[in-house]
Amino acid sequence: MGDYVYLVFFLFFGVLFPLGGIVTERFLSPKKPDPIKETTYECGIETEGTTWVQFHTRYYLYALVFLIFDVEAIFLFPWAVAYNQLALFGFIEMMIFLAILLVGFAYAWRKRALEWR
Amino acid sequence: MIEEAIRAAVGVFVVFNVVALSVLVLVLLERKFLGRLQQRFGPMRVGPHGILQTVADALKLLLKEDFTPATADRRLFQLAPFLVIVPIFLPFVTIPFAPGLVVRSLELGLLYIVAVPVVSALGFFLAGWASDNKYALLGAVRYAAVLVSYELPLLMGAIGVVMVTGTLDLVAIVEQQAAWPLLFAQLPAFLLFLVSGMAEGNRTPFDIAIAESEIVGGPFVEYSGMRWSLFFLAEYAGVFATAALTALLFLGGWNGPLLPPLVWFLVKTYAVIIVIFWLRGTMPRLRIDQLMNLAWKGFIPIAFLNLVVTGAAVLIGGPGPGSPLVILGGLATTAVSLAALSLALRPRRRSDVRIGFATRPGDDVADRPPAASHYSIP
Repeated sequence: MGDYVYLVFFLFFGVLFPLGGIVTERFLSPKKPDPIKETTYECGIETEGTTWVQFHTRYYLYALVFLIFDVEAIFLFPWAVAYNQLALFGFIEMMIFLAILLVGFAYAWRKRALEWR
Repeated sequence: MIEEAIRAAVGVFVVFNVVALSVLVLVLLERKFLGRLQQRFGPMRVGPHGILQTVADALKLLLKEDFTPATADRRLFQLAPFLVIVPIFLPFVTIPFAPGLVVRSLELGLLYIVAVPVVSALGFFLAGWASDNKYALLGAVRYAAVLVSYELPLLMGAIGVVMVTGTLDLVAIVEQQAAWPLLFAQLPAFLLFLVSGMAEGNRTPFDIAIAESEIVGGPFVEYSGMRWSLFFLAEYAGVFATAALTALLFLGGWNGPLLPPLVWFLVKTYAVIIVIFWLRGTMPRLRIDQLMNLAWKGFIPIAFLNLVVTGAAVLIGGPGPGSPLVILGGLATTAVSLAALSLALRPRRRSDVRIGFATRPGDDVADRPPAASHYSIP
């Protein structure tokens, strides 16, 4: 419970600190809105078409593989903490788990999901 | 409860001042150091040898107009800098500077520290999305790709440390390194952790998401004034946090002879920071396919190898940073990994100076004619 007091304090002041900067700036900085100034920046030329375009699927392939490994990483943390007590049993069990993951990783590699195309 | 609140309040005050001051120092240090690397002086005008340059810059930013583009998603645009900066402050709750000099030693400290700052990626992406700017969106998507790739080697490097020490508490991890820093036992993890930390912090050889020379700053193209400086603050606070964490996990933290613990911690942290700046000064920016290949085909297999070798070594030779078998395993893993990496990264033809993993013909972006894809976004 005591830990959360600190986290809440940091969260609260973490928000307050940048907010203070922005409020201070509001009093100090000029405010001269201008339709040209508020256009989207694109190296001095007018923007063409819409910004929110389609993206290539290669991003999703990485994200999918990542998801699996990220869950694995969280699973590994408690195992690593208790590793000294688990001894041989823990080692073998985790090797089986890692081997299964590696099969998936090898499959993704073989299928060229890890190729930036 | 009251006591804790007072301690927390004092902690917040001290930590925020330390972070803000470190950022001021780091920005100047980087500019001076990069200047020297390029045979320049760096800033020289404001104050003696330019030492007040960052103060002047901060004041200038405070006086700049802060505007929102007309087509941007107003609320998200203004919210995004907070989502970037707040998660960078949070890990400082449990980063110990010296024995007793820690706001709160958390039992799950390491897990907390690797989990919380990643939230700022959300703010980064939000900034890019809400700006309604193509460069910003490109940067945001690239950052998501980089984060997704380098988060795994970072986490797995941290897991290697936990396997050897058997705890997630940072204070306990540092105390175990009194005789031997973990650098030797977890050399591969150290390299993975530092490089991945740099990639996640958008430091230069890996800053494809910001890439001033092509997408002019990525997600914060449209930001100005104070909101822009919040991104800047977050970046340098992130560098400090990464370096401090590297010093704590691998370089023995505050352990060292003669000098007081706090000085040792700062010396080690700043040594790591100098290395980070140094790499910025000497390495050209990686292309995105090189960046992704390095993570997926280089770092993740190495991280796996490190886990297996560490696991076996701890099992046979016992845990602890000074365990001879673990050190041997770490050194062997490093040697094998570096050999394999340099073999994989060798130029494919004598005339070929490109760096990249060998791929099938047509897989490499550089092998294809420019118009081969109808997606305009690389």
